This record gives sequence, C-alpha cells and structure tokens, in this order.
Amino acid sequence: MTPRAQPTGSATSAGPLVRLKNVNKHFGELHVLRDIDLDVARGEVVVVIGPSGSGKSTLCRAINRLETIDDGEITIDGEVLPAEGKGLAKLRADVGMVFQSFNLFAHKSILENVTLGPIKVKGMKSAAAKELAMSLLERVGVDNQAQKLPAQLSGGQQQRVAIARALAMQPKVMLFDEPTSALDPEMINEVLDAMVVLAKEGMTMIVVTHEMGFARKAADRVIFMADGEIMEQATPEEFFTNPQSDRAKDFLGKILAH
Amino acid sequence: MENYLSLFETYDVPAAFWVNIQLSFWAALWALVLGTVLALFRISPIRSLQWFGAAYVNIFRNTPLTIILAFGFLGLFSVMQVSLAGDLNVSLFRIAILGLSLYHAAFVCEAIRSGVNTVPLGQAEAARAIGLGFLPAARLIILPQAFRGAIAPLGNVLIALIKNSTVAAAGSVATESSSLMKTMIEFRSDLVIPIFLTFALGFVILIIPIGLLTTWASRKLAVAR
Repeated sequence: MTPRAQPTGSATSAGPLVRLKNVNKHFGELHVLRDIDLDVARGEVVVVIGPSGSGKSTLCRAINRLETIDDGEITIDGEVLPAEGKGLAKLRADVGMVFQSFNLFAHKSILENVTLGPIKVKGMKSAAAKELAMSLLERVGVDNQAQKLPAQLSGGQQQRVAIARALAMQPKVMLFDEPTSALDPEMINEVLDAMVVLAKEGMTMIVVTHEMGFARKAADRVIFMADGEIMEQATPEEFFTNPQSDRAKDFLGKILAH
Repeated sequence: MENYLSLFETYDVPAAFWVNIQLSFWAALWALVLGTVLALFRISPIRSLQWFGAAYVNIFRNTPLTIILAFGFLGLFSVMQVSLAGDLNVSLFRIAILGLSLYHAAFVCEAIRSGVNTVPLGQAEAARAIGLGFLPAARLIILPQAFRGAIAPLGNVLIALIKNSTVAAAGSVATESSSLMKTMIEFRSDLVIPIFLTFALGFVILIIPIGLLTTWASRKLAVAR
C-alpha cells in the first residue's frame, strides 16, 4: 500500500487551507510583497508565475516563514503562523517545501534524508519511517538509490528525493519554489511528472515555476505577480488565452514567443 | 655524544613530554566542548547569546596565554584560593588545563564557525522546513557538516595548543617539558644547543602526525556536494 499524500481526518477548519491577508515585506527600500491577499483551498493547485524579481519566490518562502513578513497575517489550516519557537516548527512540519537547489542533507544517505523528519520531528519508529520512506522513494522512482549520498544522484533524481522527503512529513500543503529551474532540460519532465501525479491525487500545492506546460496541465489557478503585487489570477485556460493586464500580456508575449 | 646521552639518565625527558601530552589532551577535549557551545551561541537566533559568544571570543583570543596561565596560578590559586584538587601539583595541573581550555575554546569556536560557513544556507532552510528547531537542526544537519569542513582549522588549533602547553610553565606546572629544558640548560650549559634541539625535535615529532592526520581526514571526510 502506498501512503496517501493527503492526510486524512486532519482537517481542523472548513476555511481555506492557506490564507494570506494584507502581507507586506520590504528588502530595505525594495517593497517585495505589496498587500498580498491570497486564499488557497484544500486540494487546490496554484501556480505562481511572473518575471524575476516579482516577489513570487519570496511569497512562497513566506508561507513557511523562511522569509519573515513586515505586516499582515498568514494562516495555515486556520492557525496563524507563529513568529518563532516550537509552534513555528510544528506548523512547518505540516508544510512541505521543495527548493530550487534541492537542499538534500549532503552528509546523509537518500533514505536517511527521507526518514529524518518522520523520526526526529514526528517521533516515528525507525522501522516504520523506513517503510514509509521506501514506498515514497518508489513512488518517485528512486528507491534503487536509497543507500547513496545525494551528490551521487542526478539533479532530477535529487529533486524527486526532495519531494519524497517533504511528503514523508504528510504535509497539508506543498510549496515548490522553482523546482525545475536548476535542472538540466532533460531532467525537468521527470520532476514535473511526479508533481502532476501529486496534483492529481489531491495534494494542495503552491508552485512557483516558469513551466507553463505544468501550469496548463495541473493548475487550478494561475497567479501572475509583478513588482510584488498579484496582478491577476485566473484559470490557466483563461490566463494563457486572455490575459487582462498589460504586464501579463507583455510577460506571456516574451516567454511564449518561441 | 656520551655527554649528551648522559642527559637522559639524569633527566626524564619522556616524562616531561608526557605531561605536555596530558595537558594537551584534556585541554583539547574541554576546548572542543566549550568551543562548540560558543559556536552554537554565535550562530543561534538569540541576540544575547550571539553577543556573549562574540564577547568571549574577542576577550580570550586577544589576551596573551601567558597572562591567562599566570593569572590561574597567581590570581585564582594564590590570591583567590581556588583549588581544583587536594594535592597542590594536581591542582596547578588542572588550573593550567582550565586556562588552556578557556583560551583555545575561542579559537575552536572560530574554526567551527568557519566550518559552518562551508555549509550552504539551503541545508539549514531544508532542516527548518521539515520542522526541526534550532538545536536539532544544528545537531543533526549543520554541525556534522561544519565539523567535517572544519577539520583542517581545528587541526591547526590542536597543533597550536600542543605547543602552547609549554606555557603551563607560567602556571607553575614545573614538570612539563619547557620547565625541564630550562633546568637542564641551567645545569648543563655545555650542552645548550643539543638540549634546545632535543626539545624542538620532540615537539616536531609529536606534532607532524597530527598535521598529516588532519590533512588526510579533511579529504576523506569532506562532504560531497
């Protein structure tokens, strides 16, 4: 039996799973997030696109507080994201994160990378964690690499392990911060395929990406950001065929020209 | 030559070196523990701990070791009557270890911090993202990699520590090697140069393997990225 991506019976509120209200952030003079309001429903797949420097990565990282925010409020499953301490760690355990640069623990084996969270954070027994990890690694197709170190794997394999590592915590929502941007072109699809499967299984996902194909295939909603603002949001179909703002038209014109 | 060899009958040179080895061993152990704690302070998210770590390092790193060890004997032991054992010599020996540990902990802290700098920020972010707090993340993810990146600088601290153990003479540990050397020179002024060379060579032989070992270990244990 493969473990399910979505935890069952853990829903504590009927409202949106992730809610950002009036979120603002500055990097010095630069206003990187401007009055961001965003609700993400349970099971929804939201793709965030926009030119570089638009704040989309910062938005993604703010949701598990790898970036602090200046004001506003972020709630996950009805709980306000705490500023620090045990409460924050606990909430982070419910939010899976996949990074652009994979960030697998370099001194630990692939298997240990996936079992570490369940054992050390959730107190799972080692045997059970190992079983869970192996089934997740199998699901993303790298179970035969379990004893290797991250540096021995290709980028695409590493990123799939990173997805398995995040899933091992049985998160309520998964954040993807440009998960394919550091990959060689021939490895992008293996990672996107794993993400599409996850989306189809009903995982709540917030994906910052430049992969328009993924947005079309898997997204429920596309969010277009520019200059720290959400300029528009729509279904992929609507956004790609009929963008409203000039910025979005300009952006799509540039990336879809070829 | 016979003259020279007679030195070893009169004076127990290996025993004096053994004192330095013991001083170095215990001081290295305590400096490693204290230095690691200080490094944790310096990378911790808590301001006051960061401040304490920085203050400690700047005070002890910039105070001459001779002064620290002389203070251990004259200040701590003689004036403040602090004793770390019933026996006078054992007490002085331990106070010297204390002084050596406190001093070198500052360098250990900085070596580990340089090791922490070899660990990409993403490692800490990934650790936090799966819900590890600061201490578990440091213990499981950051420090193991930092130590492996800090083997060479830590080896340098150990080498300095072994040589610096001769400064224990300033703390009245009269059995260690530089004190014995002084005594030997006093009584055998005919052999000043050979005596110097003996002790110099003794330390070189003692320390060369450490350099080789740390070079080998830092290559062997390097974290592949």
